[in-house]
Amino acid sequence: MQNPNSNRKYVIGGIVLVVAVLFMLRLFYIQVIDKSYQLSSNNNSRLRVVEYPDRGMIFDRYGKVMVYNEAVYDLLMLPQQVKAFDTLELCRILSVDLAEFRESVKKAREYSRYRQSAVVRQISPEQIASLNEKLFKYPGFSIQIRTQRKYPQPIAPHVLGYVGEVNQGDINSDVYYQSGDYIGISGLEEEYEPYLRGRKGIRFMLVDVHNRLQGNFENGQYDTIPEPGRKLTTSLDAGLQEYGEKLLAHKRGSIVAIEPATGEILAMISSPAYDPNELVGRIRGKNFEKLMNDSLNPLFNRATMSRYSPGSIFKAVQALVALQLGVIDEFYSVDCNKSIIGCHNHPNAHGLREGIRYSCNPYFYNVFRRIILQGKSTSQFQDSQIGLKSWYQMVYSFGLGQVLPSDLPGIKPGLVPDVAYYDKWYGANRWAFSTIYSNSIGQGEVETVPIQIANLAAIIANRGFYYVPHFVKAIEGIDTIPQKFREPVHTAIDPKYFEIISDGMQGVVYEPGGTGSRAQVPGVTVCGKTGTVQNSGGKKDHSGFVAFAPKERPRIAIVAYVENSGAGGVYAATIASLMIEKYLNGTITQTEKERIILEYQQF
Amino acid sequence: MANPRTNFIARLDWLTIILFLAMVLFGWMNIFAATQNEGTTGSIFDFTQRYSKQFYYILTALAIAVLTLAIDGKVWSFFSFPIYGLMLLILPITILIGKEVNGARAWIFIGSFSLQPAEFVKFATALALAKVLSRYNFQIHKVKNLIIAGALLVIPIILILLQKDTGTALVFLVFVLVLYREGLSWVVLFVAGLAILLFVLTMLVPLPVLLPVLSVIALMITWLYQRNLKFFYAGTLMLGALFGLAILASRYLGQEWSVARLFFIASVIAFMIWLMIILRKKHNPLLLILFTWMGAIIFIFSVDFVFHEILQAHQQSRINNILGLESDPLGAGYNLNQSKIAIGSGGFLGKGFLQGTQTRFKFVPEQSTDFIFCTVGEEWGFIGSLLILSMFSGLIIRLIALAERQRSTFSRVYGYGVASILFFHFAINIGMTIGIVPVIGIPLPFFSYGGSSLWAFTLMLFIFLRLDTDRYQIVS
Repeated sequence: MQNPNSNRKYVIGGIVLVVAVLFMLRLFYIQVIDKSYQLSSNNNSRLRVVEYPDRGMIFDRYGKVMVYNEAVYDLLMLPQQVKAFDTLELCRILSVDLAEFRESVKKAREYSRYRQSAVVRQISPEQIASLNEKLFKYPGFSIQIRTQRKYPQPIAPHVLGYVGEVNQGDINSDVYYQSGDYIGISGLEEEYEPYLRGRKGIRFMLVDVHNRLQGNFENGQYDTIPEPGRKLTTSLDAGLQEYGEKLLAHKRGSIVAIEPATGEILAMISSPAYDPNELVGRIRGKNFEKLMNDSLNPLFNRATMSRYSPGSIFKAVQALVALQLGVIDEFYSVDCNKSIIGCHNHPNAHGLREGIRYSCNPYFYNVFRRIILQGKSTSQFQDSQIGLKSWYQMVYSFGLGQVLPSDLPGIKPGLVPDVAYYDKWYGANRWAFSTIYSNSIGQGEVETVPIQIANLAAIIANRGFYYVPHFVKAIEGIDTIPQKFREPVHTAIDPKYFEIISDGMQGVVYEPGGTGSRAQVPGVTVCGKTGTVQNSGGKKDHSGFVAFAPKERPRIAIVAYVENSGAGGVYAATIASLMIEKYLNGTITQTEKERIILEYQQF
Repeated sequence: MANPRTNFIARLDWLTIILFLAMVLFGWMNIFAATQNEGTTGSIFDFTQRYSKQFYYILTALAIAVLTLAIDGKVWSFFSFPIYGLMLLILPITILIGKEVNGARAWIFIGSFSLQPAEFVKFATALALAKVLSRYNFQIHKVKNLIIAGALLVIPIILILLQKDTGTALVFLVFVLVLYREGLSWVVLFVAGLAILLFVLTMLVPLPVLLPVLSVIALMITWLYQRNLKFFYAGTLMLGALFGLAILASRYLGQEWSVARLFFIASVIAFMIWLMIILRKKHNPLLLILFTWMGAIIFIFSVDFVFHEILQAHQQSRINNILGLESDPLGAGYNLNQSKIAIGSGGFLGKGFLQGTQTRFKFVPEQSTDFIFCTVGEEWGFIGSLLILSMFSGLIIRLIALAERQRSTFSRVYGYGVASILFFHFAINIGMTIGIVPVIGIPLPFFSYGGSSLWAFTLMLFIFLRLDTDRYQIVS
């Protein structure tokens, strides 16, 4: 070739080859070496579709449904696919606020243009029916089915608790939860959340760029089927619970009933209460705020959180401690000398049984004095310390002054003062029996919550031991309830002494001069003890009554409190009587008593 | 074997034809994969589907190929200017009557049928350039000739830019390769290469770092040339002083007088002083290095200025994305990101024909047109990519070889034109899908969906094959 620049073909060919080799190296890198693109491709085209399981239903001890699930619907939006639509009409169909709706649409857009988010939650089936007909007018919107809690009877809100959306803390502490999931927030819903929630199912779907479903991924072999929540059978007696709530309606107070032989809680009523259906679905937020601001504080569970002085009920404990310490015997008698401590008019108590029957204040002042001042030291300060120490150990063994490890969150411990408590309060060696004697009749520093007093009734009924009061009776798929509910807890008191106390408590109800005759139940031997809690500031006393029945082989231990209603022998004893009759006999024959209770209204 | 001197069929370059057919067929398979589930009907003869339309385009292209081979090759040489002129006329008409697609007014619609005239301007320009360069006694270094050749390229570039079809306009720059083959100084190629390198460096490296580094490289080369430490030391000292002064000055003059800007001014002044010294001594290699260094600095500042002051935000984003300076996988970088995911997820052997999830589910926009290579990368893997690279580089090198064997300058220049255009499309299109070239919307020849580009490339290629069959004729 004569062409002078012929060699330049090598330069040009070289450039072509260099580019081709460069591309080859780059392609080798991104296709063979770098595996991250594989992952991105999978993330792109695989949509995790979460299928929500039904939350476990909750039953009462006889298998009656207390909580079930109802289908509700969420409106999902995929911002990328949304075209201009009639916002007003959509809001009208779903009866949601326009501004609120715009706000959640904005949020969904900010979250992701390519992922679905719920813009309207918990839509009722009726609204969904009318929306379904018009859904074609709203491209990018779809409907997701969820379930929400429903309560056939509006009872036991404090026990059952409620369910709500997870917060950031829940998401951070448990990988199971994702934004928008539901979680039990209080009560049994919270306690048994791991069982009730079940397990979400995940379907892997192939999607195109518009997130339109294109079919199952690998024929669904990686999918998991949602596992429904486990059924929870509680120890509650729905009929008794309902009746108790009826009795306490329009009063401030609480009732706790326990089956002594098992520790199973038969009923737990706190009044005022609320309808659990109010804390479900879209109305939850609004209603919750309303309940929070209610001056009667209906969200507060008095049965586990109200700290009262135990009042005269505590005399039973004092007697048992004294018997166990050997500082008195069953024949110990005291003249009712009102010079040190006040009392009501009654015959002198001969023996412990009568001391309890008459609820004699000077009697138990002396009993407590013997407990605290055992004469083991010449210094009354030292002696008081020794006495209080042994007293504390025994009282503590009744489950008082501590949080009962029950299965309801938020139980308060109450207070049983020990040496350190008074040392801190008054200074070491600056207190003695004379400083703390009010405790003898349950009016001092001792504080208890109703569930502890119900448990005390169970201890006396069992003659010396208790099972931690609890609500769980059975969890579907699990053989036994937790160990802590199956093992008896023994008090530091010899069982033989309990017979004396039971006799005394029988006397309270049946003998002349007994303070709790209103607690009688036809055909049943009831043992009871009044507790009239004095309030400072001139407010009317709290009426308290503790009881168990029948005396032999007791089947129910119960405490009832009606705040600011006067002596324990009146309203509280009557309520206890009605509850015992309802539980043991199934019917109410004492209609006059029932009428009085129902007619008594505080608000 | 028939004698190629007497038998037309034997004179045809069958290797090119086989490569052409293989590419068109493989291309159609990938278009099928990328568009097969757009509708429900499955027939390839249904004219509503892209793959079926492409099927008809291919049949038409084959007819064009046969027809082109049947036409006397002299026609193209004879009518090269009229064809070029006609095409240039159609371009403004397109701007007037064309409809806007993707922001460009590059399409003429005749009924439901659309045509992109700019595609045909490429071969027309190649013809015209070949005609000019094959004139008797044409000398490329004459200023007049350079202006004519330059004008032949600049006119279509301007007209196509007016259509806002930047990608197609850029294609005409590749004719520099043809001019180079025909004797244009290597400096042009060198400068072009250097410009690309500096452009990338300007974007990636901060100016206060880039400038001293570049200067030090210039000094090293000076030393290599001269083996004279005197110049090296003097230069180093001067640069150091310049840089120090620039830093000091920017301290006192405030924000507006950045170190880089002062350095620029100082280097211009220094360059002039040095130039006078050097010119007296007539050290030509040194002069060259200095020119280069100086030019580089001025270029860097121009790039910096153009990038920040002239380019629009979306153009800046595209460049930044390519250079990894900006990550916006859902915005400007969406195409590129999805394209890389598609190709990268193919692995060594690919996901299999019709098995690519990126392809089937339309994650890559424009996948049947400009991003058709994604389908290859995803479904056929590295092996398929390698096949495409081999087919293209094989075809281009074969065309260069064919061009070199032409006795007629016209045929040779035209052949180089065809090879260069194919090369530019190949390099830019695939480079863009794998993220080493900014996203410039030009098709992959014979692969991308679309009648205009397929017909234009077929016509262009087969004119050359026809010219090649006339290679034994005496040059007139």
